Amino acid sequence: MPSTTSKTRTTAGAYWKGAADGAPFILVVVPFAMLFGVLATESGLNVLETLAFSAVVFAGAAQFTALQLMQEHAPTAVVLASALAVNLRVAMYSASLTPWIGAAPLWQRAIAAYFTVDQSYACSVAQFEKEPQMSVPQRMAYFSGVLTPIVPLWYISTVIGALVGTQIPEAWALDFALPITFLALVAPMLRTAAHVIAALVGITVSLLTATVPYSLGLIIAGTLGMMAGAQAEVWLARRRLAHD
Amino acid sequence: MIDQTTLWIVIVGLGIGSYALRFTFLGIVGDRPMPPWLLRHLRYTAVAILPALVAPQVVWPAATGGEADLPRMSAAAVTLVVGLITKNVLAAIMSGAGTLFGLLWLVAL
Repeated sequence: MPSTTSKTRTTAGAYWKGAADGAPFILVVVPFAMLFGVLATESGLNVLETLAFSAVVFAGAAQFTALQLMQEHAPTAVVLASALAVNLRVAMYSASLTPWIGAAPLWQRAIAAYFTVDQSYACSVAQFEKEPQMSVPQRMAYFSGVLTPIVPLWYISTVIGALVGTQIPEAWALDFALPITFLALVAPMLRTAAHVIAALVGITVSLLTATVPYSLGLIIAGTLGMMAGAQAEVWLARRRLAHD
Repeated sequence: MIDQTTLWIVIVGLGIGSYALRFTFLGIVGDRPMPPWLLRHLRYTAVAILPALVAPQVVWPAATGGEADLPRMSAAAVTLVVGLITKNVLAAIMSGAGTLFGLLWLVAL
């Protein structure tokens, strides 16, 4: 990926850049979706129900949570509340994308909302910060580009998992594709001391709250990390003023 | 076995609920101006939450039954360092994957 910091892009160029940047996530999405297909059919869902689940809900971790709780015959309200709690981070993604693509037409934002997931969010926000001069249509094109290699495979792999019932061998260590791709995306974003502080606080709190149920530790970690970053930014700006 | 009615209530309910989570800001706030303090927090959403999301998987990988694992920890460290130095996402992914598979292979010897 060559550095393209000051280059102006065409909308088509932004789309293809997105598609290229989204491609590594194939390694994350395929095993994850296959696993969901396998587990869903093992709990008695047919192929159509499994695909409908993946297509309507479109939120990996929340789907696993819901499936698990339904198997345990938890009350429906508990299933819904727990799975939504697991998925709470997407509300933060949506908020964080709003300053970048909030000016896009409503229908585009309505579609983008459905497709706001870990991968599309992480790629997009990294790109938008790297090239803040991108126009809103270019940002939307980039966002759709990221989705292009991963979304069809999300559906297809769910069906393959459901039909074939086999998972990708554990020896391939694809469980670690997610941490690697996400860390690779985040590292270049750590531009200032405030960014590093936000990340360190996020990591520390996340590890300390790992036992909090329904991934709520992650929400606490994310919120405290954001607060730490914002506060650090204010302090650093004040110190710079005092020095001048 | 999962009851059919429950299943469809959950699919539809979860579909609406998780869509609402994603639509609220993007759809309703849109390009209305947001207060500076909120924008300042949102600048740190990605760097706070994405590392927090993966941290437990790095330290306690599910694949090893939650046992800390040298190949995985090293792979995460290499990815981060290469990403910080080169600012190149693909280079970071490749070095991380190379470290992971190299060390897994060495450990298996």
